[in-house]
Amino acid sequence: MTGYLVRRLLQAVVVMLIVSVIVFILLHALPGGLVRAQLGPKASTFQVHQLEVTEGLLKPLPVQYLIWLVNLLKGNLGFSYHYNQTVASLLTRYVPRTLLLAGISTVLAIGIAIPMGIWQGFRRNRVDDHVLSATMLILYAMPAYLLGIIGIIVLSLDFPLFPSTATNYGAGFGTDVAVLILPIGTLMLGNITYYSRYMRSSVIDNLLEDYVRTARAVGNAPRRVLLNHVLRNSMSSTMTMIGLTLPYVLSGALIIEELFNFPGVGLLFWNATQTRDYPVLLGVVLIVTLAVVVGSLIADLGYALLDPRVRYVRS
Amino acid sequence: MSALDPQLSGGLAVPGADSVVTLPAVQPGGGADSRLPARRVRLIRSAAWQNRLAVVGLAILVLLTLFCFVGPLIYHTDQVSANLALENLAPSAAHPLGTSAQGRDELGRLMLGGQSTLEVGFAVAIVATLFGMVWGAIAGYVGGFVDAVMMRVVDAVLAIPFLFFIVLLAEILRPNLIVIVISITAVSWLSTARLVRGEVLSLRTREYVAASKSFGARHWYVIFRHLTPNVLGVVAVNATLKMADAILAYAGMAFLGLSIPPPATSWGDMLTNGINQYYNGYWWQLWPAAVAIVLIVLSVNLVGDGLHDMVERRLERH
Repeated sequence: MTGYLVRRLLQAVVVMLIVSVIVFILLHALPGGLVRAQLGPKASTFQVHQLEVTEGLLKPLPVQYLIWLVNLLKGNLGFSYHYNQTVASLLTRYVPRTLLLAGISTVLAIGIAIPMGIWQGFRRNRVDDHVLSATMLILYAMPAYLLGIIGIIVLSLDFPLFPSTATNYGAGFGTDVAVLILPIGTLMLGNITYYSRYMRSSVIDNLLEDYVRTARAVGNAPRRVLLNHVLRNSMSSTMTMIGLTLPYVLSGALIIEELFNFPGVGLLFWNATQTRDYPVLLGVVLIVTLAVVVGSLIADLGYALLDPRVRYVRS
Repeated sequence: MSALDPQLSGGLAVPGADSVVTLPAVQPGGGADSRLPARRVRLIRSAAWQNRLAVVGLAILVLLTLFCFVGPLIYHTDQVSANLALENLAPSAAHPLGTSAQGRDELGRLMLGGQSTLEVGFAVAIVATLFGMVWGAIAGYVGGFVDAVMMRVVDAVLAIPFLFFIVLLAEILRPNLIVIVISITAVSWLSTARLVRGEVLSLRTREYVAASKSFGARHWYVIFRHLTPNVLGVVAVNATLKMADAILAYAGMAFLGLSIPPPATSWGDMLTNGINQYYNGYWWQLWPAAVAIVLIVLSVNLVGDGLHDMVERRLERH
């Protein structure tokens, strides 16, 4: 287990390093350069040169990268001229809200999709399975914001149960539950479509395995086989899949936050695209990627705990 | 359904059949290959019957494509100039789906928006698949350090939440249709690369590849003559699902304001405008685009699922 853990950690570090290189290259591919982005098109040549010198932009690119990387490791992600504060302080304010939004909706989605997938796998090709599958296919085909707008139309305009914006969210989870329901619900529905489809086919695959036949042959009831044997085997592969969908969850959050005006890291990112606030854009990309890498690390460790075979094969 | 069957199964068969047909050619001495074309046609036809949903999906896909690209030739509308006298008209005989905020006919607009949407979908599916195949084939075939580096790059880009990456790229390059295709492609080729690499790793130890090498075949020849045809089936499934995801990603970009400038439009743009206009009571500006997007993504996914089943069955017969 320790060997596996170390290998997996090293891999995560390598991935983050490559991401930092990609982000750095993007930073230097900006039209007109970083300096123009900060000073605007009207800046004089002298001002441009001055900032280039102070920001160290005339040094060779690999040197610049190393300086940038060292700053990054110190927690210095740059400075937002639009918000007039450091990117790091912006992120510490916005990131937890998005993690809350994405986290709750993922946990709820898992809690609903896994029993649903098991049910569908068990009742495969019957009417209830077909109805659920069709519903999931249609939901899957909807852009996240269409799902959200339908939620708003039904639950906020037709039946005014929940507010349609989360603009004022920020006080805390306990006080703003009503505000969170529609954004979380939308993001959750999107996730359920992924997870339940996967869980269903995983359960069906497992039900065809020899061990199921053996377990049935020695006299176990179907329900018992399903819950004791199939569930565990299907769960472990679904865990990996959930780890792999984290980028989708956060991408969904970007849309949902913009739709509901939820002040999370997605909205921060979107606003930064409008004001061309490059340090914020790049800081956000780095931090959401870090969230994904850490998340999939946790999912993989969960997989290794659930399924001892992984530990032996990979380490 | 049976009336649709022969015609559509011919269409459905193409990607699967390609990879099947090439098999005997790339497997010199690969054993008793008894599958004849006539039998294959029967197999494909029964596969189409078993995949009725995929056939329906393909029918919807073809009809929507015709609607978008042939429709404007029959149903003429002015989608360039704004006409404020006609703004926000409810559906009527003159304008079956009403008019937009600029007084443009919404049915004609749906056709125009569908063109860019489908173009992005097809272009991303093709370009990303080709690029991913080349990347994965090289990584899997060369192996060693090169493979490790190439696949870590895939891991890294895969870890960046794709919409953030797309938006960042499009923001830097400034959106037009080609930039949109490039941006979505930049995140879409990864799964193909992984898939092809895995297949190549398992294929390259087969005897026929070793035999070909022993005759002095060059690396590129082995990759494109022997390895690529064998992975086409799985890749075709992946490409189809990629198209659906690309259309959804493009819709997401449009919602975030990254799209082609008006008067050009896409279904995502129409949906985004429709959301704002819905609050004013102009429901006809929201629902047609919404239905169009759901239909296209749904139909492409149905085709992909059907192809998946066909490829799986083919693999099981080996």
